[in-house]
Amino acid sequence: MAKVRVATTWLECCSGCHMSMLDLDEKLVELASKIEFDASPITDIKEFHPVDVGIVEGAVGNEEQLEVLKKIRENSKILVALGDCACFGGIPAMRNFFKKEEVLKRVYVETESTVNPEKVIPHEDVPKLFPSVKAIDQFVKVDVYVPGCPPDPKAIEYALRELLEGKIPVLPPELLSYE
Amino acid sequence: MGNKLEIFPVTRVEGHGKVTIYLNEDGKVEKTFFHVTQIRGFEKFCEGRVFWEMPVMTQRACGICPVSHHLASAKATDKILGVEIPPTAKKLRELMHMGQLVQSHSLHFFHLASPDLLLGMDADPKIRNVIGIIEKYPDLAIRGVKLRKYGQEVIRTLAGKRIHPRFAIPGGVNKGLTVQERDSLLKDIDWVIDSLKDTVRLIRNLAIEWGEKFRKFASFPSFYMGLVDSNGNLDLYHGKIRLCDHRGRIIDEFSEDEYLNKIGEWVEPWSYMKFPFYKEFGYPEGSYRVGPLARINCCDDISTPLAKEELKLFREMIGDRVAEGSLFYHYARMIEALHSAERLKELLEDPDITGTELQVVSRDFKPEGVGILEAPRGTLIHHYKVNENGEIIKANLVVATVHNNHAMNKAVELVAKEYIRGPEIKEGFLNMLEVAIRCYDPCLSCATHAIGKMPLQVVIYDAEGNKIKELVKGS
Ligand code: SF4
Repeated sequence: MAKVRVATTWLECCSGCHMSMLDLDEKLVELASKIEFDASPITDIKEFHPVDVGIVEGAVGNEEQLEVLKKIRENSKILVALGDCACFGGIPAMRNFFKKEEVLKRVYVETESTVNPEKVIPHEDVPKLFPSVKAIDQFVKVDVYVPGCPPDPKAIEYALRELLEGKIPVLPPELLSYE
Repeated sequence: MGNKLEIFPVTRVEGHGKVTIYLNEDGKVEKTFFHVTQIRGFEKFCEGRVFWEMPVMTQRACGICPVSHHLASAKATDKILGVEIPPTAKKLRELMHMGQLVQSHSLHFFHLASPDLLLGMDADPKIRNVIGIIEKYPDLAIRGVKLRKYGQEVIRTLAGKRIHPRFAIPGGVNKGLTVQERDSLLKDIDWVIDSLKDTVRLIRNLAIEWGEKFRKFASFPSFYMGLVDSNGNLDLYHGKIRLCDHRGRIIDEFSEDEYLNKIGEWVEPWSYMKFPFYKEFGYPEGSYRVGPLARINCCDDISTPLAKEELKLFREMIGDRVAEGSLFYHYARMIEALHSAERLKELLEDPDITGTELQVVSRDFKPEGVGILEAPRGTLIHHYKVNENGEIIKANLVVATVHNNHAMNKAVELVAKEYIRGPEIKEGFLNMLEVAIRCYDPCLSCATHAIGKMPLQVVIYDAEGNKIKELVKGS
């Protein structure tokens, strides 16, 4: 059987969802024989190519993330939103309670340890922040949602196995419960 | 100005980043930048939350070492309560931290760094990853998976969840360790210690085999910072902050409460990551390094026997007190992983560990608290100020990777200058820039808690400032 091609990416997030995928431990080694990874933070392939499944961790908070999201969408037959940040905005969306200028000022000018006499706010060669952080389905079509912060490895395993069999996973309720 | 070269994203690091290289008319590297391209804003959006939410919320800065944030945050909230937590709670928190170090250091070595070290920096990028390691060195790959699993299981046993646990609370912890749980963790600890000992030897042999190449790779003098205990031994959880120079001479020692007098963070317009420095020497002269090599360079000795022996061999090998080559981070990281596993065993064998006094309460708030520990990647500081209702009015986080910002920029510059001549650059050379960054195991998730994360991009610009080559993830 041909290997299923998978690309993964992380946007505005903490990497915890990718770590939860690694928490499949030995099972990941077994699944690795059925999967061929394309661009992903764990490989050195830097450009997306057409794949069967694209997996996105994290929300969208800046222009670079939106570009990456669009690229993985264009290249994926099925797009999976992995974790609360991708599905709903998660913790990064807490910055939506504040104006983006206030956030930047606090971080780069006001924080107690910062020494910034010129009041420089990073702006060269760094992507522009959007005024708010949004879930990925605010920008592109999502085919599968796997919520959780992070999703339990069992939920990820279930979703992956269904996808490898060419099915769209519907998570049973017990895999949706998490703390 | 000459050519400019960019690498994006930097892969096999945790987060989002980019490298830009400018070449002059002769095609030589003129200057380089390692930019971090994301920020999230924890320092702002924590405002208005109550302080007891902090250990749970701030760990979402990082899914790779959430426990470090969880515990540094809990330490800061203990200070706000003005309490000293019971010995059992203290030891359980340290136990969790040691589990974290074993998992994070193993993750870095086996899953992220070993492809460069074992398959070669210029191996085909299609196989130069953990899957390539699984295929070529299956036993080693399984060892890595099992070591990481053990560390994660320590965390899960204490908190019911491996990533983003709820365990430490202001004044203590919310669950004890049962005798059965302790015994089940003790069952595999000797295997863990032996495996890490073998891994230290593996890197040691690589360092010998590679010789000068290992020693000289991204080597430069700097200051080093890390926690030590009252005897000057490596301490990853308590202790005072020590700053050493490139000869290993102690420049300063101070407590977390003094950090604002000692450490400043500079801002550059081209990166979302700030640049910490030792205030007395100013920026950039006072830049320093943190993390495994910095801690190994700073400490006088290590208290656990096997890691102590390895430190001795390490110093004999480098023939000095301080190692400056960036690749030595990998060696130091595994010595620390071994020490963490030995410390785990000591803690599990301590009768206090199954004690039941887990928490102290206080109704009194202090206006501020600073919590500190050595996260896998370096010194981590959480600092909160609260109002009389216990709401956060100011939060400041200085995370491990940020302290190494200057060092990573320096490492990239040195490698670029050594290996890059003109705009025609082989993929393997570009990867070397990433190898230099990867030594520091940067966690761009954490570093950009402030607003972001890091994969890496390399873009080359020519003398007229035109983009002539770009490697971009997602393009
Ligand atoms: S959902 Fe949770 S674990 Fe996943 S990226 Fe967001 S904060 Fe991290």
